[in-house]
Amino acid sequence: MLTFLLRRLVSAVSVIFLTLIASFSLFYLAPTDPAGVVCGPRCTPQRLAEIEKTLRVHDPVITQFTGYVKGLFVGRDYTTGGVTQECSAPCLGYSFTLGQPVTKLIANALPVTVSIVLGAAFFYLLIGIMAGTLSARVRGTMLDRVVVAGTLTLSSIPYFVVALISALFVAGVILPGSEWVPITENPLGWAGGLLAAWVTLGIVNAASYTRYTRASMIESLGEDYVRTARAKGISEKRVVYRHGLRAAVTPVATIFGLDLAGQLAGAVFTETIFGLPGLGRLTIQAFSQYDLPVLMATVLIGAVALVTMNLIVDIVYSILDPRVRLR
Amino acid sequence: MTTTALASPQAEAVQSTAPLLEVKDLVMHFKVKGDGLLGGSAKVQAVDGVSFELREGETLGLVGESGCGKTTTGRLITRLLVPTAGQIRFMGKDIAPLKERELRPYRRELQLIFQDPYSSLNPRHTVGTIVGTALRTHNIVPKDKVLSRVQELLEVVGLNPEHYNRYPHEFSGGQRQRVGIARALAVQPKVIVADEPVSALDVSIQAQVMNLLEDLRKEFGIAFVFIAHDLGVVRHFCDRVAVMYLGKIVEMGPRNAIYEAPQHPYTQALLSAVPDLGVVRGVPPRERIRLVGDVPSPINPPSGCRFRTRCWKAEEICATTEPPLEEKAPAQRAACHFAEPPELSIIAELPS
Repeated sequence: MLTFLLRRLVSAVSVIFLTLIASFSLFYLAPTDPAGVVCGPRCTPQRLAEIEKTLRVHDPVITQFTGYVKGLFVGRDYTTGGVTQECSAPCLGYSFTLGQPVTKLIANALPVTVSIVLGAAFFYLLIGIMAGTLSARVRGTMLDRVVVAGTLTLSSIPYFVVALISALFVAGVILPGSEWVPITENPLGWAGGLLAAWVTLGIVNAASYTRYTRASMIESLGEDYVRTARAKGISEKRVVYRHGLRAAVTPVATIFGLDLAGQLAGAVFTETIFGLPGLGRLTIQAFSQYDLPVLMATVLIGAVALVTMNLIVDIVYSILDPRVRLR
Repeated sequence: MTTTALASPQAEAVQSTAPLLEVKDLVMHFKVKGDGLLGGSAKVQAVDGVSFELREGETLGLVGESGCGKTTTGRLITRLLVPTAGQIRFMGKDIAPLKERELRPYRRELQLIFQDPYSSLNPRHTVGTIVGTALRTHNIVPKDKVLSRVQELLEVVGLNPEHYNRYPHEFSGGQRQRVGIARALAVQPKVIVADEPVSALDVSIQAQVMNLLEDLRKEFGIAFVFIAHDLGVVRHFCDRVAVMYLGKIVEMGPRNAIYEAPQHPYTQALLSAVPDLGVVRGVPPRERIRLVGDVPSPINPPSGCRFRTRCWKAEEICATTEPPLEEKAPAQRAACHFAEPPELSIIAELPS
């Protein structure tokens, strides 16, 4: 287990480092004009030159990159408009358009996204696994067909349409209006403000999870050892949950890990439509303004989330299935 | 405990002379989709009117080729399937219509050993859990004694009792089948339905497992319904043999009568297909009965006698009148209009 973790850690770090190099070259070598964007429409050549100097856009790429990496680990300073800002490690750069260190922006946005994503995950895992299990148990009946048809319909509608309808007619009408309240300030307000987003993201994802669970459950309930379990005379509930579902959740866990990683890098539609200041919204803003340091940071977070979730999935796998050895 | 509310099977037992298990006109039809887009549903007549009885400690062999309904019959007896019609009287009580909950005390008395020792054990549970669950479910031993009982059972079936903490994939096929046997034994059943328990194993291991079953039968007096297609194994193990063809029993009788004087043409054909070991020693090969064609579809079985399409004795009456399962020799019944033992011995030698 320890050697497994060490090996995975090394590979995780190298994946993240490669992502860093790739995204750095993509953004910093691309024909964008960050200085021009910062300078704005009424830009004088002197001002532009000053900004370019601050942004160090004329430094060699290697210098720029080492500067960035150095900032990540030991911190660095930024001078803008004659004022020197200290950016302590982990420094992800300085957003000149927003006039704030990126680390601070991320630190504000990340809790929002994590709250949305984990809350929604609770909903869709609960609904999806329950509905999928039920559907598999009554396979072929009317109820099963209704579930299958319903999930198919729901997953056929583009997510932003569902989210828009929900934001217009559900949030603030049936459920409390959508807003961001930090959990440390007011836990109830936090839950209330996010409920609409949770339910929307939760129900739409529950449709896919119902289908995954159903398919996987039908397979596992057909296994010979499930028949053995029935022959033992144990209750049907135990047969379904202890023998059937335990085998069926393994593939679902894999998909969940990847989904969660993707969503942690920003639940773009949900955050934008429900007006929640999460990572997704920050990314969209950064995109429209060529705010490269922010974009770099979100890419990095996405990579870290993916690598971490993969590792967690592998560990969960070994718990669910004793035949899987971690080495 | 839920089971105490229900009458225990023992209490309902009638006189000891009555058969332990009595199957009457058992029918199992599976619905399948018919041909075409709007094709209605068709029925696979997997088991169609099977009757037999099993006395305490007796061993009945159920033989026949693939798809003849042996396994379905076994699963019906243990009520893993709900029969379409017919009775399964266990110690005088018909368990065919019982619901899951009412069935639970009978699950303890009727156990199964499965064919495939690889897929029939849950790979996510330890051997201790697999065997122990049966003990816990039926409250066979107090909770704190479960582990020691599991170890005892593992020892009985010839496994190392210290291996209770291992998972099925850490065992070989023969060892896994022993785990399956320990699991079935755990609840001290009166009847074990063994569904081809050795056919998935190497020949060398087959003998070991068969000897184990033989020992258990002697030691615990368990009655067996032994499902197999290996006639040698059946002869070695069974008191009586029932031969099935296309969902029906075509012949049933004491072992020696079936093997030495088979009445039904199908039984004769089946026995003549047993590999002849005499050839190796220079004995001239005997005449084999070769059946032509395939087994007809159980969705649409032939009229009258189901075997008539492949039978060399078939005449017109076979297509119109279904032959009843009648006594043709003492204790030996066959369902054939022209039943008679073959003139020459059709079996030169059977490994036993």
